[in-house]
Amino acid sequence: MSSGNQNASCCSCHPTPDIDQLKELCRLMRIDIIKMLHKAGSGHPGGSLSAVEMIVALYFHHLRHNPKEPLWQDRDRFVLSKGHAVPVQYAALARAGYFDPALLDTLRTLGSPLQGHPDRLRCPGIEASTGALGQGLSIAVGMAMAAKLDQRDYRVFCMLGDGESQEGQVWESALNAPTFKLNNLCAILDWNLGQLDGLVADIQPIEPVAEKWAAFNWHVVEIDGNDIEQCLAALQEADRTTDRPTMIISRTIKGKGVSFMENDIPAWHGVAPNKDQTEAALQELQG
Amino acid sequence: MGKASRASFGMALAEFGTDPRVVILDADLSKSTKSADFGNKFPDRFFNVGITEAGMIGTAAGLALCGKIPFCCSFACFVTGRYDQIRVSVGYTNANVRIVGTHAGVAIGEDGYSQQGLEDIATVRSLPNMTILQPADHLETVAAVKYLIQEHQGPVYLRLTRQNLNEVHSEGYTFQFGQADRLQEGSDLTIIATGGVVGSALYAAKALAEKGVQADVLNIHTIRPIDRESIVESAARTGRVVTVEDHSIVGGLGSAVAEVLSEEQPTRLLRIGMTEYGESGSPEDLYQKFGLNGPGVLAKIESWLEA
Repeated sequence: MSSGNQNASCCSCHPTPDIDQLKELCRLMRIDIIKMLHKAGSGHPGGSLSAVEMIVALYFHHLRHNPKEPLWQDRDRFVLSKGHAVPVQYAALARAGYFDPALLDTLRTLGSPLQGHPDRLRCPGIEASTGALGQGLSIAVGMAMAAKLDQRDYRVFCMLGDGESQEGQVWESALNAPTFKLNNLCAILDWNLGQLDGLVADIQPIEPVAEKWAAFNWHVVEIDGNDIEQCLAALQEADRTTDRPTMIISRTIKGKGVSFMENDIPAWHGVAPNKDQTEAALQELQG
Repeated sequence: MGKASRASFGMALAEFGTDPRVVILDADLSKSTKSADFGNKFPDRFFNVGITEAGMIGTAAGLALCGKIPFCCSFACFVTGRYDQIRVSVGYTNANVRIVGTHAGVAIGEDGYSQQGLEDIATVRSLPNMTILQPADHLETVAAVKYLIQEHQGPVYLRLTRQNLNEVHSEGYTFQFGQADRLQEGSDLTIIATGGVVGSALYAAKALAEKGVQADVLNIHTIRPIDRESIVESAARTGRVVTVEDHSIVGGLGSAVAEVLSEEQPTRLLRIGMTEYGESGSPEDLYQKFGLNGPGVLAKIESWLEA
């Protein structure tokens, strides 16, 4: 084991995660998301809130990473292909120690490292610049290939959206990854049912989606993605899958944790809450 | 007749590809792009991704972000046709990727327009950190590939020909990134050419010399960043500039030179290149039709000089 690995602050060598602590982190990060989007005045709350449990499971338990050494060579890589949900990643990176949490207030403002969509050159902890949908999984495939070529044991994770899954490039990568036997690659579909113009099922349905990924020769795990324990278990199952890449189909609720967002999925894809809405959301989350 | 620059590329990859950071991706055209020359020698670092060009470009970005020097290869039109992937996954990401487009220009011949890269430079030239190289012969291609493996950092588009090329340089040639090569000295007219049609430019220059018109001939292998100094210096001496390229005159070398001249040294300019969609035909017939062979370039320059 490399010396860098011993410095890793969060890693899967902790056998028993503190579930209560992780659940509390989820609650706090939802508050972060609402506050930063309100401050920014624009952004994507629904798909940020839906992904909270999986992001917490990754950054605060599963990933081998070191916020004090963001470019540590043997770190696990996480690529947020659905880049518009980056507020959830910023909240995790800030709380993990990649940057001062005060920066969350600068989201989407001139000069901020917290761009509207992920920018790896500006923000520590961001592995790939994404936001043009469909591209992140291809980048993750390349990272996983590099690990194989260098005989390193880092793992690569990539989160996709269900609306994003309409992009043809996603399916090119779906073909490529099993071909190159990338058992070190784990994709996660944040299946929150919504996209900008409405429901995925009404616009361009992707179902049966688990069957599609299985047919592309991926190991498929289906979970309730807003259940932190199921997220952790699914990530462990991906680790145990040695003959192919894994796709975690993570059924989530868009806007999870804020009832008025949960109840109107299409309305909360890409609109920031106003003052009253923010107060109502925070009251619910701070309960 | 010398080698096609795609063939020189394959040879150079096989020679300088001993560097373990070099990884080659190809999208089912490796026999045509000649990346197969590398694949035969280094099969562990060669990946045929099938006909998934968008995925290939993203995959190359991921490899680059993990320290590899990936070359992703296809025809110029297909690889740059995935502009959104080049723009975000490679350009904005500043990934150390070499995008290789072979079969550039109308000179590919019989396959017709859909396979002819005629706007490829135009698409990628607006990306602020994109380097664009187009070598004109074997020695230049080998030197460029060596440079891209051993020295360059940052995104690159390398444009190569299907057709064989006459040698422009002789042994002892040294490649200097970002610098134009003066192939002939003159003070009556400047001819600036790139890639496969540098030979046509030289033909025209020699014919003009026989008529007493001495052309200053610049070969531009580095289209971006372009050698502003050499262009301005030559234009200031000759007062007349012609560009020659097998690419659209919109967005390619002609545009790049026009930008430099209009900003720094306003000069009469003739842009020779493609102004319409291509079509099927033998390379010779197409160069005759579009005026890109030696006599065609000569005729266009002469009528412009007379006008």
